[in-house]
Amino acid sequence: MEAVNVKNQKRPLKARGLKSVKLGEILIVIFISLLCLTCILPFIHVIAKSLSSDGAVLAKSVYLLPKETTFKAYSTVFSDGQLTHAMIYTVYMTAIFTVLGMVVTICAAYPLSKRRLKGRVFLSFLIMLTMYFSAGLIPTYLLYKDLNLLDTMWVLILPLMFSPYNMLIMKSFFQSSIPDSLEESAFLDGANHFRIIWSIVLPLSKPILATLSLFYAVGRWNAYGDAKYYVTTKALQPLQYILSNMILNSTSDAISLSESAEASANPEVLQAAMIVFSTAPIIMLYPFVQRYFVKGVMIGAVKG
Amino acid sequence: MTSKTKQVYVTGNTWGRALKRDWQLYLLLLLPIACVVIFQYMSYPGLRMAFMNYKPAKGYAGSAWVGFQNFEKIFRDADFIRSLKNTIFFNLADLIMSFPMPIILALMLNEITFKRFKKVAQTVLYLPHFLSWVIVAALALTMFKPQTGLVNILLMNTGVISNGIPFLSEKTHWAWTYLILNVWQTMGWNSIIYLAAITGISQELYEAATVDGAGRFGRMWHVTLPGIRPTIVTLLIMTLGRMMGSNFERLVAFDNVLVRDYSYQLSLYIYEKGLGSLNFSRATAVGLFQSLIGLGLVLLADFVAKRLGEDGLL
Repeated sequence: MEAVNVKNQKRPLKARGLKSVKLGEILIVIFISLLCLTCILPFIHVIAKSLSSDGAVLAKSVYLLPKETTFKAYSTVFSDGQLTHAMIYTVYMTAIFTVLGMVVTICAAYPLSKRRLKGRVFLSFLIMLTMYFSAGLIPTYLLYKDLNLLDTMWVLILPLMFSPYNMLIMKSFFQSSIPDSLEESAFLDGANHFRIIWSIVLPLSKPILATLSLFYAVGRWNAYGDAKYYVTTKALQPLQYILSNMILNSTSDAISLSESAEASANPEVLQAAMIVFSTAPIIMLYPFVQRYFVKGVMIGAVKG
Repeated sequence: MTSKTKQVYVTGNTWGRALKRDWQLYLLLLLPIACVVIFQYMSYPGLRMAFMNYKPAKGYAGSAWVGFQNFEKIFRDADFIRSLKNTIFFNLADLIMSFPMPIILALMLNEITFKRFKKVAQTVLYLPHFLSWVIVAALALTMFKPQTGLVNILLMNTGVISNGIPFLSEKTHWAWTYLILNVWQTMGWNSIIYLAAITGISQELYEAATVDGAGRFGRMWHVTLPGIRPTIVTLLIMTLGRMMGSNFERLVAFDNVLVRDYSYQLSLYIYEKGLGSLNFSRATAVGLFQSLIGLGLVLLADFVAKRLGEDGLL
């Protein structure tokens, strides 16, 4: 764009001088800043609320800064056995899920990125079809029942751990960013495929590995529909599901009906603390991986 | 997206030779193929429940075949018709509201010359994509509750309104909130793909357009938009393919008794009839109907796109 602007200055086009160009950009910046605020302000408000006293929140005087700062709500959240257990369990489950998901994805993406592989079209079709056709809830439910997966941690891990969509992104990355010549020379040196993957392909694929790990981890962390379908034991339910029971079920039916009844306990503050508590892992992870994922997604998107 | 897989080596490429040369690759593929076969394909035979009067106690062998009776029943079921209408209506509304926004956003971000602002803005705008629907709904409650939501408090304090707006508990307000929050959640993330496509457009085209006297909007309209048209078409096909889809988690998060008229959509119907009242056959019939229409829509959209001279998806 720099070049275009310079050109504009060199050839002043009467109606569209430098000023109107600038004005347009200023309007865009203002508009985008407003959109950004809609993404940030709710968080700041929730954090402020979670750190305020019950009274201040009741008086509706908390906006973006905490009033009468107290950590009472957080000490309640952390001393609640169910929430801390769910947090530890969900971190553990998400970690297993992400590692297994990445292993399976690499196992599919590497061979399918080789154009010479016989049967590649058929095998790709076999995998891709599942993206567009699903048997639906009940046949799936009965299958998991037959596989003895219902009400175990594994029902949250195994069925979702292979994502054809993520596989496509990784495959395009391998095809576009790993030169065939590199692998060929390693092959001639006597390295087998497993070695090539481990010591050549994976070290060159860090952005895409980071991106897809993030996708898998966030996907698992945020999902709770499958837990609602397949898991009934409290101790095996992930954090988001527990949260949905605690926050949504307790209020949604009563949004406009019984808000005055909340006055005695003020669950508002506690709920704010629970939101912060359960979102914190993602917010903390986000800055570290975000520099990778844009690049990763772009490569996958362009080539896909 | 698999359109580039048409190269097939025929000459001298027998299975024996391929297996000898690439056995390690096939060995690697065993794991993902096993995943797909076990967790997807093995569930397909269960679809025959849609044509049976399936009794969980009797199993497949003991349950009677009933032909298309389940389908006749669901189309006489007012609950199903309502959930189907809601599903189609809200998917169309989502398409109209959520589909253009990432394109507009990408065009705008592309115009920003202040690089650091652009980067920070992108990072912030991607954030909602990483929140679960529970969190989005919980944030919505904190912002929009009639008495205690921040937005209502601010509007009441400034005297714009005297009573809180029931953003989440009156069905028309609920519909708008439900739709706009989807725009909010998806706009940033979905703009990435368009931004990627924009970077692929040749700078020379912009320079030529400028020489021809095109201003900012002229360049957007005549260079950038045509440049990302294939991407738009691809994503439109994928979105059209989901017209029958119904996001269970999103609905559960925003569902409440006061807005049931609108929030009752296919995924909730299947969940309630299937796992709730154990009417397996009927729920399976609805699921099959939903999957087949979805598949048909993808194929149709792909066919139309190819007819229009676009790349298509498959």
